[in-house]
Parts: sequence; C-alpha cells; structure tokens
Amino acid sequence: MAYSTKVIDHYENPRNVGSLDKSDDTVGTGIVGAPACGDVMKLQIRVEDGVIQDAKFKTYGCGSAIASSSLVTEWVKGMHIDEAVKIQNSQIAEELSLPPVKIHCSVLAEDAIKAAIKDYQDKHGGSAGENADDSSVAV
Amino acid sequence: MSVKTPIYLDYAATCPVDPRVVEVMLPCFTENYGNAASRTHVFGWRSEEAVEAARIEIARTINADPKEITFTSGATESNNLAIKGIAEYLAEKGRHIITVVTEHKAVLDACKHLERKGYDVTYLPVNTDGLVTAEQVAEAIRPDTILVSIMFANNETGVVQPIAELGKLCHERKVMFHTDAVQAFGKIPIDVQEMGIDLMSISAHKIYGPKGVGALYVRRRRPRVRLSPQVHGGGHERGNRSGTLNVPGIVGFGEAARIARESMKEESERIFGIREHLRKRFIAEIPHSIVNGTLESHLPGTLNISFAYVEGESLLMGLKDIAVSSGSACTSASLEPSYVLRAMGLNDELAHSSLRITIGRQTTLEEVDYVADRVKEQVERLREMSPLWEMVQDGIDLDSIQWTPH
Repeated sequence: MAYSTKVIDHYENPRNVGSLDKSDDTVGTGIVGAPACGDVMKLQIRVEDGVIQDAKFKTYGCGSAIASSSLVTEWVKGMHIDEAVKIQNSQIAEELSLPPVKIHCSVLAEDAIKAAIKDYQDKHGGSAGENADDSSVAV
Repeated sequence: MSVKTPIYLDYAATCPVDPRVVEVMLPCFTENYGNAASRTHVFGWRSEEAVEAARIEIARTINADPKEITFTSGATESNNLAIKGIAEYLAEKGRHIITVVTEHKAVLDACKHLERKGYDVTYLPVNTDGLVTAEQVAEAIRPDTILVSIMFANNETGVVQPIAELGKLCHERKVMFHTDAVQAFGKIPIDVQEMGIDLMSISAHKIYGPKGVGALYVRRRRPRVRLSPQVHGGGHERGNRSGTLNVPGIVGFGEAARIARESMKEESERIFGIREHLRKRFIAEIPHSIVNGTLESHLPGTLNISFAYVEGESLLMGLKDIAVSSGSACTSASLEPSYVLRAMGLNDELAHSSLRITIGRQTTLEEVDYVADRVKEQVERLREMSPLWEMVQDGIDLDSIQWTPH
C-alpha cells in the first residue's frame, strides 16, 4: 500500500522519541494497545500548571501507528491538558491522510494521550482538568 | 556499495520469467497461434505438438506419464479441481476429507466450501516445527475418508512435509492423496511414483514461467484416479478441464520445467548457500532473531524469521528498496497475523514481527549482504522506538502485563 508523504516523514523522522521518568510527579504516562494486535503505544507528558511542557513517545506498530503517535506528541506540546484531552482521532487521521484500514492507529493515539493525561491527573487526585476516558494500562 | 536496487527477494510470491522461456513463448503469439484443438489444419497440429512437448517436460520433472498432466489456469484452479473433483466423484463412497491448518487458502477455502455442502473436514494441527506426521493422519483416517490433502512445502515458512510417508500411508489405507506442490516443484526432487502421490498441484510462475498457467497431476495407474470436472465445455484435457489451451503459457511452462529440472541440483545448492549466509548473519548480528519452522526439512531458498519487538510492516516500510513479505497483517481489516505462524504456536507478537525472505535464480551474495545491513540498521532503529524493547531491557516480562486489545 502507498503511504502518505506525512506518514513517511513521521516514520523516517519521528518527533519526540524517548521516555520521561514515569515516577516523576509532573509526568503522566499512557500505554495503550497490545502486542497481539501488532501495536503498542507509550505516550508521556510533562505538565506544569496544567500545560504540557514536553511529550515523548515509543511505539511498536506499523508506520501509521508510529506517525500517529509522533504527530500527537508534536501537537500537545504547549497545549493545556484540558485542550489536549479533546484531540479526536479523526483529526489525526485527516492530518496524516490515513486509509480506512489504518484508522485504528489514530484511535490508539487518541487513547494514548487521554491515558497519559488521566495518569497525570490520578497522581494529582484528579484535580487538574476534566476526567479522561479510562483506557490506560497499568505497568 | 554497488548493488542495484530495488532488490527482489520475494520469489515465493512469483518470479521473473526466464528469458529462455520468453523466447520459446513468443512465436506462439504471432506465428504458431493455432488452437491446439483444431484437428483440420497445420496451425492446430503445430500448437498441439508444442503443448505435448511441454507436457512431456513437465511429466519428466516429476517422473509421471505425460497423460497424467492436466493443464489449468494455475495452482488455485488445480487445488480446486483436485479437492472438489475428488469429493464430487467419490461422494457415494464417503464424505470425509483430511487436511492441515497451515495449507494455502486455495485448499482451505475449497474445503470450507465442501463443508457447507455437507462434507466433513478434519484440519490437523502442526507441531512447533510446522510439521504434520503420518501418525496424525493415520489416526484421523475413518472408513468414510476419501481424500487427504497436505501441501508439499509451505509457502510462508518453506517447511517440507514428510510426503513419501504420507503417500505410503494413504495408499495402504486406500485414500486418495493430493499435495499442493507449488513451492516445491522445480526446487527439490519430486517423484510421484516413489512418493505415492495421486494428485499434485503445480504452477508455472513460481519456476520462472509465465503467470496464468498451472497443472494438476492425476495418477492413471495404481490406482486410477478419476475426478469430476469443475469447468465444463469442449472436453479438453481428457475431459478433466475444458477450455481452449493457453498454448503460449503451456509452452513457457514446459521450458521453465526443463530448465528447473536440468539446473536443480546446482541451483538449489547455490541458493541454499546464499540463504544460509543471510540466516547466519541475522542470527549473529541481530539479537532476538528467531527462525520460524524447522530447517531440517526445508526448501533451500526460503527464510521466515522474526525480529522480536519490531512490528513487521514498519520494518518493511524501512526496507523500501527491498521486496520481501511480512507475516504481520496490519493492512488487513482483521489485524490477524499469519495463521501459519500462529498454528505453529508462535505468539502473536512474534508472528507480527516476522519477515519472509525468498532467494531465487537472480539473487547474489552482494544483494543479501546489503539486505542484512539494512535489516540490522532498521531493526536497531525501530527497537529504539519500541516500548516493548524498552520494557524487556528493563527486565519486565511482557506476559505479566495486562494489555488492552483493541
């Protein structure tokens, strides 16, 4: 199948690959997906005063999954978590021109950012921002 | 490095047509274009002669009589003709068929079709090597069993089944034995007499012949195998398969079979040497590389290997100047990885991480060295990006994690 130029760009030059210290109070971690399904995303955010200062990801999955998570880390940097939690998979799919069989990659990226925000909020007694969907995995 | 890209290493999918094959085919399009069934003029006679010469070459390659070769449009049709044709012809005798879970879809789907028609099909499992045993088949045979269909060599893994043992057993138990030999034909020696094969599907385009032509070997003696045709019409191919013969295709198939037979020993040794060179480099240079399927009973040119913690499709994307295939199925709606690898007991993660590399007539050592370098580079890059790899480095057991399947 042919990949869009944006998917190829994120795949070849992924933004923000790496890890943050998940025990740090200012860090929220979301891990979604399953090896059995062929994709697992780990997305981490560092939050100060409700604003995402840094975002990192690691993804096991196809090129579209890598691109979706890379794109989301780019988007959320500098965003308030109340804004970031509203990111929809359709926006990701549209930006990357994902074909129908790859829509699940964008869904996973949406789940990952929501899970990371929820993890951060849980560390802070759910005080900052609204509650996100419960789709995280405890490691 | 001076290798020419893209590099083709997907010979199990199809092959380029050998220039010698093209050469013998060309006159069939423009000069010797007669219908092989035309008995009234020289155009027809010439075509018939050319078809019969091809039939002899193909028969000789498998130690068969030329009359036992029925030309078809390819191995999918051959598999359908063998399975449905026997099932229909022997319906009065019994309605039980035995096959294996790792068969090609052309066999499995023909069997599924028969199940809907009231037949009973036993799908035997394979062991972790990818093998089925004669004992398993012996235990599965019932008084109403009419057919055993087990592939010669697997298309994904290259694992070769114990065909001679299976053939002997089926003859002792008076059950028809069909084998889909698409991957094995022309690559390793096949003797239908010694191996007790009653029906065998073969294809031209896997042995450097043209696409759209194949054959079904149908035994004529001890026992005489009869089947119900699935394509009706002018009674071509002794009534087994009607339809005007694809003369250029058949002529090309014959030449491809001749070349394969005459160069088999030398070529398989060369190809095996290249594959082993590649396999040894992977094992030595990329940790957590796992070869899928036993190498003890195996085709010379096929290598199925998993690079753990890296998803196959993303790896293919990084190897854009190299043509190989993956056991991952991220492109299909089901997201199910290879059913062949899963049947061998591979976990889903390793199945998703597999590549199938097949070496062929044109492959050089320089090409596979380039491939080994690129694969190593991409696996390392993708592992740096893989949360699974990170967890494993941190000593976390991936099986201990509660994942969220989606």
